[in-house]
Amino acid sequence: MDTPEHLKYTEEHEWLSLDGDVATVGVTDFAQNSLGDIVFVELPDPGDEVAAGAPCGELESTKSVSELYAPANGEVVAVNEDIKDTPELVNSDPYGEGWLFRLRVSELPDLLDAADYAEIIKE
Amino acid sequence: MSTPSPLHEVHVELGASFTDFAGWNMPVRYGSELAEHRAVREAAGLFDLSHMGEIEVTGPEAAQALDYALIGQLSAVKVGRARYSMLCAADGGVLDDLVTYRLADERYLVVANAANVGVVAAALTERAEKFDATVTDRSTEYALIAVQGPRSAAIVRAVSDADLDALRYYASTPASVGGVELLLARTGYTGEDGFELYCAPDEAQRVWRTLTAAGAPHELLPAGLACRDTLRLEAGMPLYGHELSAQLTPFDAGFDRLVKFDKDGDFVGRAALAERAKHQPERVLVALTGTGRRAPRAGYAVLGADGTSQIGEITSGALSPTLGYPIAMAYVAADCRAPGTGLHVDVRGKALPVEVVALPFYQRS
Repeated sequence: MDTPEHLKYTEEHEWLSLDGDVATVGVTDFAQNSLGDIVFVELPDPGDEVAAGAPCGELESTKSVSELYAPANGEVVAVNEDIKDTPELVNSDPYGEGWLFRLRVSELPDLLDAADYAEIIKE
Repeated sequence: MSTPSPLHEVHVELGASFTDFAGWNMPVRYGSELAEHRAVREAAGLFDLSHMGEIEVTGPEAAQALDYALIGQLSAVKVGRARYSMLCAADGGVLDDLVTYRLADERYLVVANAANVGVVAAALTERAEKFDATVTDRSTEYALIAVQGPRSAAIVRAVSDADLDALRYYASTPASVGGVELLLARTGYTGEDGFELYCAPDEAQRVWRTLTAAGAPHELLPAGLACRDTLRLEAGMPLYGHELSAQLTPFDAGFDRLVKFDKDGDFVGRAALAERAKHQPERVLVALTGTGRRAPRAGYAVLGADGTSQIGEITSGALSPTLGYPIAMAYVAADCRAPGTGLHVDVRGKALPVEVVALPFYQRS
């Protein structure tokens, strides 16, 4: 399972890429593989305030519905509009085209690095 | 610990994701379940169904024993043919839905859902007691492999000595496939033409590899239980534990035609079912379609036209991979059963509109 070195991770299987105080957020390769084909994604709206660890959207696969958790406190500044029509991008390119939203981070909790996260998903 | 399939090694080689299903460790998908679903609709898919139970009923009164034990008339099934039927409790509740093959005058093979094998074997054994018939659970002696899809006949034809033109839907024949002697049946649970191959567990890998090789030019994909569920749902087929249960009768589920009151002799559930047949059930199984991409799921409340009062519950639902819109089955108040009726489903707090439609959602052309 792919876990790029330059990203930060949560135990809820989200990844973050920080650029200044703006974080791009998605779900990990492990998450998309466990969920199966994603057929619907509900994202927060730009302007929404989200809280670390709180649900802020949903991922639906053919078999199940999973909550999407915010990985940090902050304001949503952008969402990936392409995901609405082509949710399969989450499966095909979870760390690239399949990103979900961008967050202006007001408070960053302790996050996992790639090695720690890789350890978690081994279990 | 869940039981591995006789094909477990093959599935690991293919990179399958596994799921626990009725005590078995079975492939849920190999890659994309949507691609597997599409392969079955457009080409062919290869399934391991070795979790299913096989129970043999033999003896001079095997036919009479099954007529008494099941709601159908199995004595009327010709040798080489198969019949879909149900095993009911004395109160009419459905204990399992089954496909029964008549292999010889005095020999039947009853195929039960994995979760119900114990119940079915025990009920058949008890119900056969007063007949000259023997019930034997042979589940561990069979692996089951299915090839399903429009190109399945071409694939099976390439590796089998069987006369497929003579093998009709819901028929079976002994056959040799890739040198393995097995039972070849033209049955399935996908809404497509297809075959189910019952063979010895230690020969399952050989059969699987033979079919994989023969299927390569036909774009055959190995297919897991995830797409099996969306395929059967599109075809409007019930799944035990969802549309069928011991709390429901065949009438509730719309299977009136399976209850053969005109067969000779008593059968378990006859009196209760005859009573139930006199009354319209309070809740009936219906098919629903929605719009958008959010699917109703099992357990969600079905709401009336006003979008507030609960009138039923979803039993199965998915975004249909073939049709591209949400489909579901649900038990609803009988006065809401007419196709065209507008209802709602509570999808995690939002009342989404759905419409009652006739089954099946999908029918092969």
